[in-house]
Amino acid sequence: MSAPVLEVSGLRAYYRTAAFGIRREVRAVDDVDLCVEAGEIYGLAGESSCGKTTLIKTIANAIQPPLEVLAGSVVFNFKDQRIDMHGASREELRDIRWKRLSYIMQGSMNVLNPVRRVRHAFVDFAFRHIGRSKAEFLDIVRAHLRRLHLEPDVLDAYPHQLSGGMRQRVTIALATVCRPEFIIADEPTTALDVVVQKGVLAMIHSVQRELGSSVIFVTHDMAVHANLTDRLGIMYGGRLVEEGRTADVFRRPRHPYTAHLIASLPRLGDAAPKEGLTGAPPNLADPPSGCRFHPRCPLASDICQREAPPMTELAPGHRAACFHSDQVMPP
Amino acid sequence: MGRIFIDLLRLNRQFAAGIVLLSLVTLFALLSFVSPYPPNDSFVVPPDLPPSWTNLMGTTSRGQDLFWLLTFAIRNTLLFGITVAVISRILALVIGLVAGYSGGLVDRALMSINDTFIVIPLFPILVLFYFVMKDHMSWGLLALMMACLGWAYDARLIRSVALSLRTREFTETGIFSGMSMRRILVEEHLPYVLPIVFSTTMNNINWSIGFEVTLSVLGFTDINTPTVGVLIYWANQHTALVAGIWWWIFFPVLLVILTFIGLFLLAVSMNEHIDPRSRLGRSEG
Amino acid sequence: MISGYPLYLLGRLGQFALVVFIGINIAFIVTHATPIDPVEQSIAAATQFGSTSPEAIALMRQSLRELYGLEGDLAEQYVAFWRRVAVGDFGPSLSAFPTPVSVLIGRALPWTVSLLVVSTLLTWALGNLLGGLAGYYAKNRTLRLAGLLAMAFHPIPYYIVAFLLLIVFGYLWPVLPISGGYKMNMTRDWSWEFIGSLLSHAILPVCSLALVGLGGWFMGMRSLVSNIVTEDYVTYAELGGVKRGRILGSYVMRNALVPQVTGLAMSLGAIFNGAIITEQVFGYPGVGTLLVSAVHVGDYSLVLGITTVSIVAVSLAVLLIDLLYPLLDPRVKVR
Repeated sequence: MSAPVLEVSGLRAYYRTAAFGIRREVRAVDDVDLCVEAGEIYGLAGESSCGKTTLIKTIANAIQPPLEVLAGSVVFNFKDQRIDMHGASREELRDIRWKRLSYIMQGSMNVLNPVRRVRHAFVDFAFRHIGRSKAEFLDIVRAHLRRLHLEPDVLDAYPHQLSGGMRQRVTIALATVCRPEFIIADEPTTALDVVVQKGVLAMIHSVQRELGSSVIFVTHDMAVHANLTDRLGIMYGGRLVEEGRTADVFRRPRHPYTAHLIASLPRLGDAAPKEGLTGAPPNLADPPSGCRFHPRCPLASDICQREAPPMTELAPGHRAACFHSDQVMPP
Repeated sequence: MGRIFIDLLRLNRQFAAGIVLLSLVTLFALLSFVSPYPPNDSFVVPPDLPPSWTNLMGTTSRGQDLFWLLTFAIRNTLLFGITVAVISRILALVIGLVAGYSGGLVDRALMSINDTFIVIPLFPILVLFYFVMKDHMSWGLLALMMACLGWAYDARLIRSVALSLRTREFTETGIFSGMSMRRILVEEHLPYVLPIVFSTTMNNINWSIGFEVTLSVLGFTDINTPTVGVLIYWANQHTALVAGIWWWIFFPVLLVILTFIGLFLLAVSMNEHIDPRSRLGRSEG
Repeated sequence: MISGYPLYLLGRLGQFALVVFIGINIAFIVTHATPIDPVEQSIAAATQFGSTSPEAIALMRQSLRELYGLEGDLAEQYVAFWRRVAVGDFGPSLSAFPTPVSVLIGRALPWTVSLLVVSTLLTWALGNLLGGLAGYYAKNRTLRLAGLLAMAFHPIPYYIVAFLLLIVFGYLWPVLPISGGYKMNMTRDWSWEFIGSLLSHAILPVCSLALVGLGGWFMGMRSLVSNIVTEDYVTYAELGGVKRGRILGSYVMRNALVPQVTGLAMSLGAIFNGAIITEQVFGYPGVGTLLVSAVHVGDYSLVLGITTVSIVAVSLAVLLIDLLYPLLDPRVKVR
């Protein structure tokens, strides 16, 4: 098997602020290791403020103060090019952006420049990679839009004239027009209603199959993961707590937090109300000692308070960070 | 509030500089109460003396000691600015809060009127006002006139905050528990807009003093009440610059510029304090 | 969108009408709230400067009574006042009798308008450009220094800044003309020499207007830009590898300009005040100088005429900006 397309190792990224002389450090991403193989859809799940979006930003090197990367590396192995995201120069990064690595962002409402027509976004993002004349370029864009069942007229619209679902489809078309090898999708369906969501997911799936791209797909919605992703990573309190093939994770979760996420999915024939987790998500400015989940964990024991459990391989390709993974009940 | 004040003073250089400047100016104005000469008497000292140890800022061609005269002038100028600010604050608060709270048609109507007052060029109107009042023109009348014309910009700011408060939970709780509009505005909304009112007050004082100085220098006010502008007016009348009595112009202009910069620094630093986004930006840089 | 524009247009026209209406009413109220008899006072003031024929005085008195609205009851006075405003007829000037006020204003207006247009566009463009750069490259020292300088002049009123420039360039380092619109006794023949004289006389007025104005645009733009750089569409463009210059120009600045244009419309009144004050300091032959001298010689019809024309002119300029605004912001909705 060839090397994974994306290798993240020991990544640590904190928000560091100092307001009125008081220093604050939010440990949004703490020692994360993960790999994404060629052609797969890797899902990333976890409740809000668990560090998913920060992890994505760090992988994409979209780092702005107060976010700082303290340790670790992010390496992409593209077909004929290896690039270290935090070691590469501005120009090298600009060269791979959109051609090899593109993004579908959270909150599609506002990712397109509100005062310019959609056409300009395509020109700004993709023209330098596709080249040729402006007319030929626009023909390629139109053909691409048609392939995705979009009217080429959207090019002449302003973002505010499109519906939320339409805008997200346009963004997906924009993100795939250069046939990138890797796509980062950060909560692309969160702000959409269920019907539109389904269409958008189908679109991402089909375009991914067609291009053979690898995808990191971030959402807190476990149902989406179950239907779309090949492998799944679960984040909690800035750390990766479980990772494995999606089917395996759903069949036999190895971390109590994963079990809770799966159990909270609605099922046909449910009678009893769902049990929620007690307590609040951890404060990452002052995280709990040991395992960050222990204050809310039904299985917690003394060791969980003292030591952070390491990621351990419990079955082929299935890792989890829990001292009591054998006690986790399958749903 | 006190805590905020100390924080600002300690950590925001602009704020500290503004406070220092204004304290100096105020202190200077307070000296007027121990002045050896009444403000309107002339020829109490030899005229046209340059600054010296006996006459710190020199004397005018009208035989006044500039130092003591200026203490009265800056006191009147500051009082003028504060009077305009207080009256126009009341107007701005009432109109801003009511428009923001009511929304809809009331809001639109009030803001249309508001925008009108922002756009209308005031200087010709104030000149016209002086023209018909002439000798009846007084310091207080001008202050009242300026307050009636100068509330609009700040009413707009207050309204935009009030508009966002309207949809907050405590407003609805207040409405459902049967509080009157007046009580909701005064007890619930007012505390939220006060920081803005504070920073706009500084800008408003700046604005009104600027106009007062301009009108006075042109002689379009009551030229017998000493203000900084009136002082410059008399200096011009006696062609002080041509005659080489530079101190007669220099000290009033210097003092009024210090006042402007002091007020401006306070307004800017307070604005920054109110807007957390720019505060974050500052803490990094 | 197409249905939005006529509505927007209607709203802006309504606002224009309202500004003119309220402005003229203020002028009416101000002139009628006076406890003194302005007619006799004006005549006394006007005639003290030279001999005026009794017929002229009678004509003046009649014209003044109408202008002051002292003929008929209050309602009639009000209607008469509006009629004069509507046709732009403010009667003859008292100080330059019998030249009509409208002619005097018409002569002065081009000076003021060109001074205003040049200085405002220059100040606005420069302030926004520097402010935008300062917001985008927040760590650049030169830009920080520029900001500090722009801010230092900003709080000082127009009159004082103009006055300081007058002292510096009139007494301390006399290199620039400090008074008038062009060299005295020069023929207005549009030769290069005349144009050069026009320009050199405009330097100080334009500079003093720019010194006061720059800081406001600079600070406004800087804080707008520092907020816009955190918007999703800017982050997205950065992730897309769009060139920095293009992000700054067509994403950041382009969006920040939208509120800055509204700001320009809102500040026109204040800028106009500044221009006429500055004119007076430098004896620039525009409306401001005319207004101040009209007060000094007690020319009521001229003062009233200038006030009304100012109100209408500023509202028209605001309307013009409002009409161009949709070109900049495609999201125009009725406010």
